Amino acid sequence: MTKTHCVAMLLAGGQGSRLGVLTKSLAKPAVHFGGKYRIIDFTLSNCKNSEFDIVGVLTQYRPLELHSYIGIGSHWDMDRRDGGVFVLPPYAGEEGGEWYKGTADAIYQNINFLEMFQPDHVLVLSGDHIYKMDYSLMLEYHNEKKAAATIGVIEVPWEEANRFGIMSTDNSGRIVDFQEKPANPRNNQASMGIYIFDYAVLKDYLQKDANASSTSHDFGKDIIPGMLADQQKLYAYPFQGYWRDVGTVESYWQANMDLLAEHPELDLYDPAWRIYSENLNLPPHYIAEGASIRCSIASEGSQIYGRVDHSVVFPDVHIAAGAQVKDSVLLSHARIGEGAVLDHVIVGPNTYIHAGTVIIEQETNVDGEIPLQKHSGITLIGADMVIAPAQPKSKQK
Amino acid sequence: MKRLMGIINLHNSKDVLWELTRGRPLAAVPFAGRYRLIDFALSNMINSGITTVGMLMQGNYRSLMDHLRSGKEWDLARKREGLFLLPPIAGIQPENGVPNDLSAFQSNLDYLQNSRQSHVVISGGSMIANINFSQAFDIHVAKGADISIIYKELPEMDRYPYSSMIEMDEHGRVIDMEINPARARYSNLSLEMYIMKKSLLAELVDSASARGGINFLRDALMKNIASLKVYGIRYTGYLAHLMSIRSYYRHSMELLQPAIWRELFFANGLIYTKIKDEAPTKYNYCAKTSNSIIANGCVLEGTIENSIIFRGVKIHKGAVVRNSIIMQNSEICAGATLENMICDKNVQISAGKCLIAEPHYPMVISKGSLL
Repeated sequence: MTKTHCVAMLLAGGQGSRLGVLTKSLAKPAVHFGGKYRIIDFTLSNCKNSEFDIVGVLTQYRPLELHSYIGIGSHWDMDRRDGGVFVLPPYAGEEGGEWYKGTADAIYQNINFLEMFQPDHVLVLSGDHIYKMDYSLMLEYHNEKKAAATIGVIEVPWEEANRFGIMSTDNSGRIVDFQEKPANPRNNQASMGIYIFDYAVLKDYLQKDANASSTSHDFGKDIIPGMLADQQKLYAYPFQGYWRDVGTVESYWQANMDLLAEHPELDLYDPAWRIYSENLNLPPHYIAEGASIRCSIASEGSQIYGRVDHSVVFPDVHIAAGAQVKDSVLLSHARIGEGAVLDHVIVGPNTYIHAGTVIIEQETNVDGEIPLQKHSGITLIGADMVIAPAQPKSKQK
Repeated sequence: MKRLMGIINLHNSKDVLWELTRGRPLAAVPFAGRYRLIDFALSNMINSGITTVGMLMQGNYRSLMDHLRSGKEWDLARKREGLFLLPPIAGIQPENGVPNDLSAFQSNLDYLQNSRQSHVVISGGSMIANINFSQAFDIHVAKGADISIIYKELPEMDRYPYSSMIEMDEHGRVIDMEINPARARYSNLSLEMYIMKKSLLAELVDSASARGGINFLRDALMKNIASLKVYGIRYTGYLAHLMSIRSYYRHSMELLQPAIWRELFFANGLIYTKIKDEAPTKYNYCAKTSNSIIANGCVLEGTIENSIIFRGVKIHKGAVVRNSIIMQNSEICAGATLENMICDKNVQISAGKCLIAEPHYPMVISKGSLL
């Protein structure tokens, strides 16, 4: 096999437990987002658009839907003769198998995959983020700086800096200090979880980490601090633009709402940087007479007879006449019955909201036996649910 | 379907859609917000389990090749079988408006004979319907027919000129046929979809060409009605047969009836088309939309009523689009008004322009125009 420039390793094993029922049966990267996409589409499309066409996707938690979604990578034009997408789940060897114990361990367990390509560099990515980024520019920067490793960083508000890995750099961009989730951050440049390593250096550190006794096998907690302690040349690559970790229901909802601004920070309509996704082969959507839709996005196959205001409507959603949907996210195949009122609701795929159901911030009329997850004012309803208003009888009780 | 292969015959007699077929074959005319006419014929075949389709190309078929490419979107990019584009013989032209398609069949008999299937379904490329050929094939076999012709009974008002009509006896056997009558005498429109044995097709094509025939329908089929068992198979579903700009417009507007929209796109399977990976359509604050079908990738800020909006269209603030069809990547600038218009691909209507055609007599703005 020929020597390859750079191989991308996409960490897609996360559970995303703070996303509640959204990740009940699928991994976080497979969660639907933005009216037709799944979260992993953004990273894989970035790889495709940056012309990184060898991508290992490391999976672990609830991989079935993610595996079948990735397939051979056709959605992202990654079904290539030399390279393409490789799905890399944990595996068993002659001495038994192990789960991936951390981000670094996941890469280490797949060192044989990297050996197959003998790359100069390895790009480590996370499948959890919504952003558009040209990784080839970062690789150029890495080469310019003759760095051992380069870390993508983004400025975050100071008050949020304690949630991230924070970098401090000198004038040349070289990282002089790294704090993981610091109580008193010395800077507001946060790690985006995007790393480019010289392969030889990475291999060395991964091997050391694998043999170490007190390690959590994590890039942010172990590998990067270890390299800094050894005076390795680590550089920060500043990224400007929209980048979100949709790790919680609130941030997931907010990132969906961000797309509805008149000029959203994340432009999905740029023909030069398309976000690729699966294709459901559905006809254009239908907006009926008497319907109304504004400040919203809607996708193929949907039929809208009611009112939609400031919401995200996925493919094949049916909104009946008299229904009102506001500040909500309706995932694929959801059905909203006549006269239902939804405000700040995330409706899971294939879920049926019966006529007359009211779910608004302050109150609902849903039968108390159906558990509705509340996350700071946002009601989250899972997949394949049937939600109906409580019968008048039970109301009187 | 192990016994049925498909042939799509794109030779057709007239440029019936004038402006819309100036730069593209009829089969490549855009329809219903994201499709081209060919998608219906091709999707019907694959939804019927057909795994190999040969396409007899005609004229300037660049845009069609661009649309079909490897056939991947129709699941026809296969190691064996799949989609075969069968180019026309150079210099073959329609004679007096009659397509010279017999030679196209003749020169591609190799493809036919190299396929493992025993029967063939032949279809044109421009009928819009959602049909299952495997049911028709079962009827064909059960009846012991030599040839089956799929037809639809039309009410008087819907009889099209420039179509082929068939007449049957009480057993459904075809006893007469007319091609392109100015005023149809029979009420059964042939969908120009035929089922027969491969060996019979080869024989009909060969014997007709040997007798100086040029047209498949006239010289190979019609002349043999008496000697072969030719039966009609009735189709009762939705059909759009485009014979003029008016009928293109009328059938497009029919899609605004949800029952027709559902039938055409879901009845016997989905209709597949080339993927563009467009984002969902965005409706901004000023958008007002009513009774319209809208494809992905649009950014809409104006008023849209009773219209069909294709992929990647931009309609700016204050613009009004009424009873119109706006094709891919067109842009309607602020304050412009369009009524009863058909904008072909990449049309740009500048701010404040007002274009209003008579109801039911739409005007076409040709591809790439800047107004």
